[in-house]
Amino acid sequence: MAEIVIRNLRKDFGAFNAVKSSSFTIADGEFFMLLGPSGCGKTTTLRMMAGLELPTSGEIYIDGEEVGMKPASQRDIAFVFQMFALYPHMNVGKNISYPLISQGMPRAEVKQKVAEVARILGIENILNRPVGGLSGGDRQRVALGRAIVRNPKAFFMDEPLGALDAEFREHMAEELRALHDRMGATTVYVTHDQLEAMQMGDKIVVMNHGVVEQFGVPQQIYDWPATRFVAEFIGSPPMNFLDFQGRVDAGAEKVMLGDSGFAVPRQQDGASGDLTLGVRPEHVRLSDAAPYRGEIVAAEYLGTTQIITLDTAFGRVKARTPSHEVVRVGDRTGLEFDARTLSIFDAGTGRALVSDANREALAHG
Amino acid sequence: MSFSVTDPSRGTKWFAGVMVVAYAIITILPLVWIIATGFKSPADAIAYPPKVVFEPSLEGYVNLFTTRTRVTEDDFAALPPPATWYEKVVRDQGMVIAGPSRYGERFLNSVIIGFGSTVLCMILGTAAAYAFSRFRVPLKDDLLFFILSTRMMPPIAVAIPIFLMFRQIGLNDTHLGMILLYTAVNLSLSVWLLKGFIDEIPVEYEEAALIDGYTRFQAFYKVVLPQAATGIASTAIFCLIFAWNEYAFAVLLTSGTAQTAPPFIPTIIGVGGKDWPAVAAGATIFLVPVMVFTILLRKHLLRGITFGAVRK
Repeated sequence: MAEIVIRNLRKDFGAFNAVKSSSFTIADGEFFMLLGPSGCGKTTTLRMMAGLELPTSGEIYIDGEEVGMKPASQRDIAFVFQMFALYPHMNVGKNISYPLISQGMPRAEVKQKVAEVARILGIENILNRPVGGLSGGDRQRVALGRAIVRNPKAFFMDEPLGALDAEFREHMAEELRALHDRMGATTVYVTHDQLEAMQMGDKIVVMNHGVVEQFGVPQQIYDWPATRFVAEFIGSPPMNFLDFQGRVDAGAEKVMLGDSGFAVPRQQDGASGDLTLGVRPEHVRLSDAAPYRGEIVAAEYLGTTQIITLDTAFGRVKARTPSHEVVRVGDRTGLEFDARTLSIFDAGTGRALVSDANREALAHG
Repeated sequence: MSFSVTDPSRGTKWFAGVMVVAYAIITILPLVWIIATGFKSPADAIAYPPKVVFEPSLEGYVNLFTTRTRVTEDDFAALPPPATWYEKVVRDQGMVIAGPSRYGERFLNSVIIGFGSTVLCMILGTAAAYAFSRFRVPLKDDLLFFILSTRMMPPIAVAIPIFLMFRQIGLNDTHLGMILLYTAVNLSLSVWLLKGFIDEIPVEYEEAALIDGYTRFQAFYKVVLPQAATGIASTAIFCLIFAWNEYAFAVLLTSGTAQTAPPFIPTIIGVGGKDWPAVAAGATIFLVPVMVFTILLRKHLLRGITFGAVRK
């Protein structure tokens, strides 16, 4: 059980800067997601927290203690590797007991702990099997068993579901989350899968090019992205972007894209020049009466909803609508955006302009 | 009959069988010849056409381990009856035992030097290979190339400088000198082979051990070494075979105390005529340690111990 604080963490590999001055705080007992595309520095950040890499500069506090330069073996944390890294020359029980043996725990106690962990994970019947022949799910459970058996201060997981089959991932994700809720231990989880992050995380940090783009609860990050990158990375299909030239004044509740005006949440700062209006597909409505027009170029059927692609004067827009709405490719129609949900980005910096609606979400960043 | 891509057809099975048997005969025949010659009498050993069926004799083995001498007929007749079976074998040749030969000593030298250099080579080779595999070593590629370059000429090409050096520092004709020499020659091979094996072991195992509370060194010997056992075993066999069979350096650098078996065996020929059975007996016994060593490590030569423990 521990709070983890990351302050100005930086990692260089030679001339390559993998992590640039990251700072965030992980509360005690939180299920915390480090999300980003491959190469964004999320795994490097996690490995620095675990002690598998040494930071170039910055501090890492686990439970109030600065551990940045401490060896992994002294940090009292557990790590679940993407490839599981079960010791191949030991059987399942031996693998799980290995962290306890290093502490010099008496054999009877080790046996009892392993049995307890095996019961929690439902792997009592395979304790004597070699790890070689296990299924992906069982290997995952053994890796988890090895992590939870000694009650560490925190669990670090590096894409633990990445090596599993798609159908099994969902199931393991639920199991993982349930296990976390039961143990209540701080968990830091690295993933590139935004759905996984939203589904499991209490909090999410979105990273890109070694920089923390946004930090917050999943809903805030989804609804009020701090940068255009986050808006694009999270959501499937991602947020629509309408690039325009114009100005937004402080206090404005409307933006003009050419002749079309859109109501937006009340803006706090003004900006002018190259701007981008962002709207999530589910906040686009098709309406014959709306003045902003587009031509339907494609419709994908997804069961209860459908994704309709339209070409408009300021760019291509995807709309998520109920699938019973009948549309024909080639038709022209009007588009309405839900005014309460819109974000405006500065195209130069990529950052969202602060409005009354997203102010709270952006304050965390 | 269904057609299968992977199952061999009857024709290819038959062909493969013939090839395997033929190859086995080609490789085993010289061995069988040597072992059989060791049990022949000198006359049978050089008989032409060669005798496949012969009356087995231990003369070769007795001659290998003894030195013999002729005595005058009167003295011979005056001798008490032979006390042991091997004395009788020698008497039957019309000779008496003068004393033990030096084969036992030479054989022991081979064991000390061969296994000594192999063990030393494995310790140094594994440590170097691990460092090259896991750490950022400055000039790593150049160093590896340099290590390999020691194998780019036949080792014997440097025999004279080594002879002079050894003489200067007193390593000539010593066990230590030969162990160091064979280790130096074998080290390049073992570093390269072992680096390949260690490279294949995912670094996550060690990281898992570090997280599980073990030190770097504990992670190395508790997790990496068991994984590398296969590679270490096969590399050790290569090193032992080289050191065991090496002839040229042994001839040049050893004569008395540290002489190994390979330069000794040919000298048997010169003692009392061409004694082929004794030579064959010497060669047969000489084969045994390498064969035993290989058979003991055979289990480790079968790869695939780590199969499936890591998903790639």
